[in-house]
Amino acid sequence: MAWANQDKTAIVGIGATDYYVRGKSWPRTINDMAGEAILKACADAGISVKDIDGFSYYSTAGAGYLDKFDTASLMETLGMPNVSFSATLTSGGGGCPGAIGLATAGLVNEDCKYAVTVMALQQLPQHRLGVVFGSAAPSPENSFLQPSGLVGPGHLMSVLARRHMHLYGTTQDAFGEIVMATRANTHNRPKAVRKAPLTKEEYDASVMLADPLRRLDFCLETDGAVAVITTTMDRAKDCQHKPAVVHACAHGGQREWGRAFAWMGMPDPHFASSGHKFTADRVWAQSGLSAKDMDVALIYDHFSPMVLMQLEDYGFCEKGEGNDYVLSGKIRYDAATGKGVNGGVPVNTHGGNLNEAYIIGMTHIVEGVEQVRGTAINQVKDAEFALVSGGPASLPVSSLILRSA
Amino acid sequence: MSQPIQYGPALLLPGEQIRITTNPDTEPFWEAAKEHRLTACQCAKCGHFRMPPTAYCPECSSNEKSWPTLPGTATVFSYVVCNKNPANAEDYIYVPVVVDLDGAPGARLNANVTGVNAEDVRIGMKVTVEWTEIQGGWVLPNFRAV
Repeated sequence: MAWANQDKTAIVGIGATDYYVRGKSWPRTINDMAGEAILKACADAGISVKDIDGFSYYSTAGAGYLDKFDTASLMETLGMPNVSFSATLTSGGGGCPGAIGLATAGLVNEDCKYAVTVMALQQLPQHRLGVVFGSAAPSPENSFLQPSGLVGPGHLMSVLARRHMHLYGTTQDAFGEIVMATRANTHNRPKAVRKAPLTKEEYDASVMLADPLRRLDFCLETDGAVAVITTTMDRAKDCQHKPAVVHACAHGGQREWGRAFAWMGMPDPHFASSGHKFTADRVWAQSGLSAKDMDVALIYDHFSPMVLMQLEDYGFCEKGEGNDYVLSGKIRYDAATGKGVNGGVPVNTHGGNLNEAYIIGMTHIVEGVEQVRGTAINQVKDAEFALVSGGPASLPVSSLILRSA
Repeated sequence: MSQPIQYGPALLLPGEQIRITTNPDTEPFWEAAKEHRLTACQCAKCGHFRMPPTAYCPECSSNEKSWPTLPGTATVFSYVVCNKNPANAEDYIYVPVVVDLDGAPGARLNANVTGVNAEDVRIGMKVTVEWTEIQGGWVLPNFRAV
């Protein structure tokens, strides 16, 4: 059955700071960068920042992993006169596109008129993301994980990748192809952190950090901020750009995934998965669409194997066939035709977290908006539907389908 | 594709760098470990195992727990080969394993495995518990290849 809120809201504004290599944004503050992203998103939408009356966060309103956004502070900083919706999804980056569904809830409930979703990320030397799990005193729960030396996200993700390799014969060559195929999309992107084309030899020479994963299988660590504005369709028509219509959106997941790699108790086949099957099935049911209907897929890529497992969970290929799907070139974007390769759907035409920048999922939303507007740097020809995913991590994870107006 | 890396012996992380905390739900597990007794949290009503221990059984909602003594053997479900000690970033070969505990279907532990070269660890490998003294007088279950 179609989603009750289908096509009732749209993303109308996108804004971002420069993308800085980890630690290089100082002496800017995190609120300085968040403010720039919000002001730019408002300018892009053609509204005043004082029109914003809704805040829809994810990651438990986290700004990065150690700071928190606070609506009152943002109002004080940016001068919004009133707020009538202020809410967040729980857990972490898995909720990124789900925050647009949360904004939709506030908008269709007439709680607010323009909702902003923002993420800012800044790592100071003492705030290294990759050791967040390891530096915290272990909670009673985490005392069943951290003593094993599974302290960084890369360690945790490698355990899932290893199981996938065992069950399905998946190869490190496929992980390399994911990095190379998406790297091929950044050479023409001025803001991308990694622009040089990547060869297989260079990938194979990349240092092994958590076997089977190499440094290049890990996403970038970026400082910066991204904000997007969501509003109702009637207001969207008065905004500056063609609306990126919110066609389907879901967050959540099932208990077998749960806390995921912070738990490691997932039964097969959930263990060697992205945990996205539940929200994938929901957005397909909401929309009546399937993977083959997507014109472009912006897939959260904190670690390359998680792209492969999401391709399976969303049904771009069958479970266990991700290796062959990727190695047949099907995630590549062909600039000459503006289409996919070998019957596939182009993945991460912006280069993704692996190559462009890592702002905890927000760059994928921005690319989805630009694709359905028709203004993307690596534009997919006649793009009508863009899939955006968030996570994979502890629930909720989330999924979004944007449609061109 | 590049050749597999020869890492050499899989080491246990040094116990003196490891801390844990407990709460009333998890403490019986760690008290048993002090006596070198491997247990897992079992629902006293329906028999379902759950790890880490939590307040309620997710199957039947009972909060009655039992702590059976397990055989201490397990099977490697998955693993990762790591090469830096997380405490100081120095070169150090250790292999975190996720194991299925014999005698406690559905219950897993995350630990280190030793007694094997890191490159020879395999999913499906049989292991047996090996106790490591850690900070605060606690004892951590690790595993040794059999």
